[in-house]
Amino acid sequence: MNAVKLVYFSLHRGRASNSRGAWQADDSPIMTASSSDITVSAQGLSRSFGARRAVDAVSLELRRGEILGLLGPNGAGKTTTMQMLTGNLAPSGGGVSICGIDLLEQPTAAKAHLGYLPEHPPLYRELTVREYLDLAARLHRVARPRRGTAVAEAIERCGLAEVTSRLIGALSKGYQQRVGIAQAIVHSPDVVILDEPTVGLDPNQIRDIRGLIRELGDSHSVILSTHILPEVESVCDRVQIMHHGSTVFSDTITGLRQFHAGRRVLLGLRRPPQLSALATIPGVARAEEVSANLFRINFANGGDPTDTLVRRAVDDDWGLTQLTPAQTSLEDVFTHLTQTEDA
Amino acid sequence: MIFTIAAKELKALFASPLAWIVLTLTQLIVSYGFLQRIDDFVELQPQLAETPNAPGVTALVAAPVYATLAVVMLFAVPLLAMRLIAEERRNQTMVLLVSAPLSITEIVLGKFLGLMLFLLLAIGIITLMPLALLLGGRLDFGLLASLLIGSVLLTASFAAVGFYASALTAQPIIAALIGFGSLLIMLLLVGVNAADGLREHGWTVAADFVQVLSPLNNFDPFARGMFDSYSAVCLLLLVIAFLTLTIRRLDAARLGA
Repeated sequence: MNAVKLVYFSLHRGRASNSRGAWQADDSPIMTASSSDITVSAQGLSRSFGARRAVDAVSLELRRGEILGLLGPNGAGKTTTMQMLTGNLAPSGGGVSICGIDLLEQPTAAKAHLGYLPEHPPLYRELTVREYLDLAARLHRVARPRRGTAVAEAIERCGLAEVTSRLIGALSKGYQQRVGIAQAIVHSPDVVILDEPTVGLDPNQIRDIRGLIRELGDSHSVILSTHILPEVESVCDRVQIMHHGSTVFSDTITGLRQFHAGRRVLLGLRRPPQLSALATIPGVARAEEVSANLFRINFANGGDPTDTLVRRAVDDDWGLTQLTPAQTSLEDVFTHLTQTEDA
Repeated sequence: MIFTIAAKELKALFASPLAWIVLTLTQLIVSYGFLQRIDDFVELQPQLAETPNAPGVTALVAAPVYATLAVVMLFAVPLLAMRLIAEERRNQTMVLLVSAPLSITEIVLGKFLGLMLFLLLAIGIITLMPLALLLGGRLDFGLLASLLIGSVLLTASFAAVGFYASALTAQPIIAALIGFGSLLIMLLLVGVNAADGLREHGWTVAADFVQVLSPLNNFDPFARGMFDSYSAVCLLLLVIAFLTLTIRRLDAARLGA
């Protein structure tokens, strides 16, 4: 794990924001927004189940209009974190405040700003879609005069118009999922927390739901958990990767892209030298063999060995065939951070 | 907000066949006993007319109706209460209530009120039977009122016990068994008259404790037409105790102890 962290640390010019090794971009423009725009703030959230520590000192912060993707393999603690953020589970340590209201001290006031779609949508099968959304609006204390419009709006936004008078139990999984999302936004909360919102949906529905989430992100803060990586890249502004209960990575998507572009090259050589010869070139942090004639060169922090690589290839007659900046996708980061330790 | 939850519970009860079956069976059993009592009364009437200070139709026909009702409720209430929490847990719908800006107390009181409204309806329908006797005679409304109050309090205490049982598990059937079993044990306490025995030994606190835990014993004075405030308080205490336990239980679930 240490080795992996070091790689990412060296790649990152930002500072480590806390001692647990979570990296946070310090140059993101959003960071300068005023603190009143902070909708969710969690510090050092921890939760143990018996001896097992499911979540260990996770911190996160979210501003209005931001979409945060919570990523991690199964059992990383995503759901537990979300349960703590929504007051469904009391943390063993740390605190949560929603729109400046402490969730543990004033739970009802804080929950009024929250909409939550858990892993299994909490649906009453014996109610019709409209009855159910009306109940959800009542439970979230939407005043009577606004209730009708709030329900109609949620129905429209989630594309439920055709099924309003059908029993929820008779709906397909995709529609049930949409009802679950409608339930989370019917009271137009400041913070919407969605636990794997696109699970069990067909590709068209997934596209619709992603569109809906992006739309929500304009006016609300959204936290969503998923293991679908393209979902995060296409929808989220920020990404936080969890592994074994702690945050192992946290940055903006743009930061992630910028930051990795040009930090690695793929080098194709017809007559390659020893791998160690490549690794000792100044500015190279690590050289890996992709195939017999193709190498992946990782740059050292602040170094750019591209020039040297080209010169050496000519001088030593390595037969250069290819020199391409390797794209580092979120998937690489994810796999790296969450698998190295297990291996 | 309590009423919103109560309305939701009531709707859920009526949406399930269980509630209708329980209502039907209650009606059948109680009305059978009622009709039999009327037959007996008609047969005995000439003799009663000659006896001075003979018990009236309310005592001879109405009182047994509520006694039967109490026994039927002993079976019915745990079945009706079992879904209150256990089913929400099993269907994972509890999250909707817990995530909403509601306190656990509101949730518990709302659910209890919803169940009680249903049970009041059942008691109300049963009460139509003795009221039908007005067609052919007069009723002792004092006794009838005391029977009604006693039945409501007794049913409430059953409901509170059943509710707590439901908060203990995620399996409605298990909840019904726990609720029914606990009520049965309480019934046994009546049988051996444990409270009186303890009182004879001078252990009054223990006696009061057992008294609270024997709801049928506390129903007796009401069945005799006496509004006994001690019994009423005992029944109410049982309700409050088990509702408090339920609230604590649900809070503990959030803490995941």
